[in-house]
Amino acid sequence: MTLLSVPPQARRSAVSPAPLAPAARLLPALAAVYRAQLARAKVARIPLLFVATFQSVGILVMMRGVVDAGQTSAARSVVAGSSVLVVAFVALNLLAQYFGKLRATGGLDHYATLPVPAASVVLGAAAAYASFTLPGTLVTAGIGAVMFGLPLGQLWVLLAVVPLAGAALSGLGAACGLLAPRQEIATMLGQLGMSAALLLGVLPVDHLPQPVVWLRDLLPSTYGVEAFARTFAPRPDWGMVLADLGVCAAVGVASLALATWAYRRAVAR
Amino acid sequence: MISPRCPVRPCERVKSPVVNETAGRAPHDTPPCVAVRELVRTYRSGRGAAATVIRANDGISLTVRQGEIFGLLGPNGAGKSTLVRQLTGLLRPDSGTVELLGHDIVRHPERAARLLGYLGQESTALDELTVALAAETTGRLRGLSRSAARAAAADVLTELGLEAIAARPLAKLSGGQRRLACFAAALVGDRPLLVLDEPTTGMDPVARRAVWSAVDRRRAEHGTTVLLVTHNVIEAETVLDRVAVVDEGRVIACDTPGGLKALVDGDVRLDLVWRDEAPIGVPAVAELADRAERTGRRWTVRTTPEQARELVAAVTTGPAFAALDDFTLATPSLEDAYLKLGGRHGGLAK
Repeated sequence: MTLLSVPPQARRSAVSPAPLAPAARLLPALAAVYRAQLARAKVARIPLLFVATFQSVGILVMMRGVVDAGQTSAARSVVAGSSVLVVAFVALNLLAQYFGKLRATGGLDHYATLPVPAASVVLGAAAAYASFTLPGTLVTAGIGAVMFGLPLGQLWVLLAVVPLAGAALSGLGAACGLLAPRQEIATMLGQLGMSAALLLGVLPVDHLPQPVVWLRDLLPSTYGVEAFARTFAPRPDWGMVLADLGVCAAVGVASLALATWAYRRAVAR
Repeated sequence: MISPRCPVRPCERVKSPVVNETAGRAPHDTPPCVAVRELVRTYRSGRGAAATVIRANDGISLTVRQGEIFGLLGPNGAGKSTLVRQLTGLLRPDSGTVELLGHDIVRHPERAARLLGYLGQESTALDELTVALAAETTGRLRGLSRSAARAAAADVLTELGLEAIAARPLAKLSGGQRRLACFAAALVGDRPLLVLDEPTTGMDPVARRAVWSAVDRRRAEHGTTVLLVTHNVIEAETVLDRVAVVDEGRVIACDTPGGLKALVDGDVRLDLVWRDEAPIGVPAVAELADRAERTGRRWTVRTTPEQARELVAAVTTGPAFAALDDFTLATPSLEDAYLKLGGRHGGLAK
C-alpha cells in the first residue's frame, strides 16, 4: 500500500509534542471511584444491601434448629460465621461478578482511557463493596446474638472486622473477576468463594474433618470469623483477636495488590 | 501552502487508495494530530487447529490534522473499532506506528488518556450512576478537582440539554439518552482530541444536533480535533471534513465527502419498489432483473442519467407502472462511492 503523502508540517509537531493533561492522583481518584461506587447502591439496593443479609439471617434461623443457644463455641461460630458471610457474599461474590461483567462487556475501557491509577479503581471499588456489607453485618450479628443468647456489647469490633475481612475478600473477588477468562467463570469463582465461606465459616469447627479444617485455615474469611467469634466469650482473648485481624490485614494487602495487578493485566492487551 | 486538490479517481482496490490529505473545511495548514503508519493488528479466531488469523487492520496509514472532524466509515467488522482502540492505547498494534500530537502511543500507550477523550460503544462502567455523577466522576478521573469537575459536568449537561435527566441513572434511560449521557462524560475535562465510536447510535434528531453542535463549538473555540467512527452515510456526508473509507482492515479511500462522491459523478441511483412481484414480462424490467441489487421488493440500479430517464419512462407506463409501488431517482451518496471503490456489498446505514 502506498504511504499517504505527509505534508512538511508533520515534522513541526514531531519536534515539540503537545503538553499532556495532568493525570488523576491516587487518593482523589480513589475517592471519586469510591463515591461513584457507593452511589450505585441507590440503584442496585436490593442485591448490594439486602440479599446477603436475608441469606445470613435465614442461615441463623436454620442453624438455631441444630445449635443450642448459650455460651458454646458452636453458637459463637454460627453467629460470627453468618455475619462474616455477608462480607463474603458482597465483597467476594458480587465484586467478582461486577469486575467480570465490566471486563466482558468492555466497561473497563472507560477506566482504561482515563488517566487514573489502577490502584484507585480497584481500591475504590473494593472499599465501596466492603462498605455495602457493614449494615448487613451489624444487623445479622445483632439478630444472631439475640437468637443465640450471646452478648451484644462487643459488636463494635465489627468496625474492624468488616474493613479487614472486606479488604481480604474484596481483593480476592476483584482478582477473580479480572483474571477469569470469561464472565461466567468470574461468576462461578465468586459463587464458589462464597459457598466456601458459608460452609467453612458457619459450620462449627469441632464437627469438621481435619482436611476440611486445613482448607478452612486457607480461607481469609476464617480469620474474620475467628476474631469476631472470640469476642463473644465472657473474657475475650484480645491478643488472639488482634492476631486474627492481623492475618486478615496481611491477606488484604496481598489480595488487593493481586487485584491491582489483575486490573493492569486486564486493561493492557 | 495548499496543495492542488488531486482529482479523485477510482482506485485499484487497496493497492493505491484514493487519498487526499489536504481537502476539506478544516484548516489545511495545521500540524497532524493523529498520524498512523502501516498499522497491522491481527487476532486469532477459533481454537486449536481450526484457528484462523484475521487481519483486523491490514496496513492502515492516515493523518488527521489538528482541528479536523475526521471520520472512519465502513461496515461492521471493517476494522474501524480495532483501529480506534489502538489510537486510544487500549490495544497494542502488531506493527506500525501511532502518533498523537507528537507522542508515540505504541511505546507510551498510557499517554493517550492524557491527550484524548474517548467515547466507546459500551456504558457498563457508568450504567448505575446518575447522569450528573457519571459526568462528574469522569471529570475527576481526568484529573480535575472536585469543584472543577462538578462545574465542568454541569456546563456540559446544560450544553447538551441533559439537566432534566441529570438525577436519573443511566441504566433507566433510553438508548439514545444513555448515549448522550456517555458523550457528556467524554466531554468533561477538555482534551485536544475527541475519539468517538459511533456517538449518535440510537439518538433522536434533537440529540444528534446537540452532539454535532457541541463538537463544532469545541473545534471553533479550542481547535479540538475529532475522530469519529460511523457507519452512517448521511452523518458522514454532513458533519465530516474528511472521511477514510475502511474495508476489510484497509483504508480504500480518504477524501472529503464531496471528493469521494465525485467518484460516482455522472451516475444516478434509481430505486424501484414493486407492489408485489416485479413485472418480468416488461422487456425493460426483464433486462434490469440481472443488474439490479434486490432487497425484498426494492430494486436498486446505479446508472447514467440518460438510461435512468429511459428506465423511468418504461416503468411509469403500462403494466410496469401498475406493479410499481414507489420509485426514487437520486444523486449518488457516499454509499455509492463506497461500492464503486470496491467496498464489500452493503453494511452502511443510509
